[in-house]
Amino acid sequence: MMASTHTPSALPSDSVAGDVAKLAAAAAASQAAESAEAEAYEKTHVHGVYEAIAPHFSATRYKPWPAVASFLQSRPPGAVGLDVGCGNGKYLGLNPSVYMVGSDRSASLVALAHSRGRQLQEQQAQEAKKRIAQGELDATTGTGGESSGAAIATEVLVADGLSLPFRERAADFVICIAVIHHMSTRTRRQEAIRHLLRCVRTGQAGQPGGQILVYVWALEQGNSRRGWDEGGEQDLLVPWVLKSQQKQPKRLKQRKGQKRTRDQDSSGVAASNNSGEAPPSEATAGATTAATEPDPGHTDPVFKRYYHLYRKGELEEDVLAAGGAVITSGYERDNWWVVAANEPLPSQST
Amino acid sequence: MKLLTLNFLTCAVKTCKSSSDSFPLHPKDAELASDDVEVNPELLVNLLPRLDWKALKTTSAEVFLPSCIYPLGFPQLPDSPPTIEQLQSDDKLLKDLHSLLMETNLMEGKLVCGVCGHEYAVREGIPNFLLPSHLV
Repeated sequence: MMASTHTPSALPSDSVAGDVAKLAAAAAASQAAESAEAEAYEKTHVHGVYEAIAPHFSATRYKPWPAVASFLQSRPPGAVGLDVGCGNGKYLGLNPSVYMVGSDRSASLVALAHSRGRQLQEQQAQEAKKRIAQGELDATTGTGGESSGAAIATEVLVADGLSLPFRERAADFVICIAVIHHMSTRTRRQEAIRHLLRCVRTGQAGQPGGQILVYVWALEQGNSRRGWDEGGEQDLLVPWVLKSQQKQPKRLKQRKGQKRTRDQDSSGVAASNNSGEAPPSEATAGATTAATEPDPGHTDPVFKRYYHLYRKGELEEDVLAAGGAVITSGYERDNWWVVAANEPLPSQST
Repeated sequence: MKLLTLNFLTCAVKTCKSSSDSFPLHPKDAELASDDVEVNPELLVNLLPRLDWKALKTTSAEVFLPSCIYPLGFPQLPDSPPTIEQLQSDDKLLKDLHSLLMETNLMEGKLVCGVCGHEYAVREGIPNFLLPSHLV
């Protein structure tokens, strides 16, 4: 799906911020709901939305979070990793010396991740051939071409975070970025973390266990203009405006276009005043897609995604409730994150 | 999906996980494709201790049954896993492993659980592990 840029001024700016507040509390009902109800709720307000906005969403997800990138880069060579909720697969293949498998609930996003990984693989095979040809020439002078190793980004599958198909205790690490905040009850959020912990190795004598890295949207977003902060409503429906191409935007240079769109929330709520090198913040969007027919005079379809905004300390509480041990945790641009491992108890099983 | 990945997948049904028969999943009606992938010896050597060798033997035997036509032939694996030193010094084994784990893809077919018998569809190289509601 081709995406093009548009002028952000076309987005309604402040009105939607009010809508967000009005939409708050819709999730309160789901708090007491049973698991099946919560699941049905997420089907409508999370899974269905991602299926519908997948190409648009993917076009806005291209830059890794620094803390995630540094976590991945610091994994030892040959480590086996999982990316639960991999979306378009932007973290797969980031570190070429590890092997990663991605899963996502959205088949559309998984398909996008897969073709991205295939392209990368073909590109690498071409480059390797060139290097080998070059290496043959260099061999006579004794400066053979060195292999840098190819990254694996093709391995993706469709799965639910609460029914993962991964061999238990086999992975060295798991990342789960901007996923758990879509679960609509605390029990389910803790259960999701428990599932992540089950995927990683337990520690043995002299060998630390596998680690999980979890990232969630924070309630405390004082530096962003979304208007959410300490003490506010934590369960929200956040709109995603699927922009149609009503006005043909003047063609911006790609780089400039990306920078502009990064500063604009899909809902029209301006994201934090990002400087040029900042990563995209969650729910940042702006690129239009051809997913909907241009239909002047009609409003753009709005999809509402459920979010639970984590307050300070809540993520660590959920890790403990899931039987994990917090290794480090922190805050990065509107998100809370935690690195955790299994509690090193010999009695712990499954 | 690379055969390597099959070594890390099991049934998504909760009650199957406690049984050793849920791993590995069994390919059925498998259509394979071979990719051209750059050899990364370091990655293979480092992955070796993380592989379940017995499951890998099972998978490779099942996937290369005569019904599955495979132009490159059947890479033979030793019964027990090689040591890291053996793998580093054995070019043929390294190439065979690379070909099997990294270059052989399951494109179409099913993955069947040995416990509950549920069949997970694989289409265009992507397996789907979403469960019908009665299995969740």
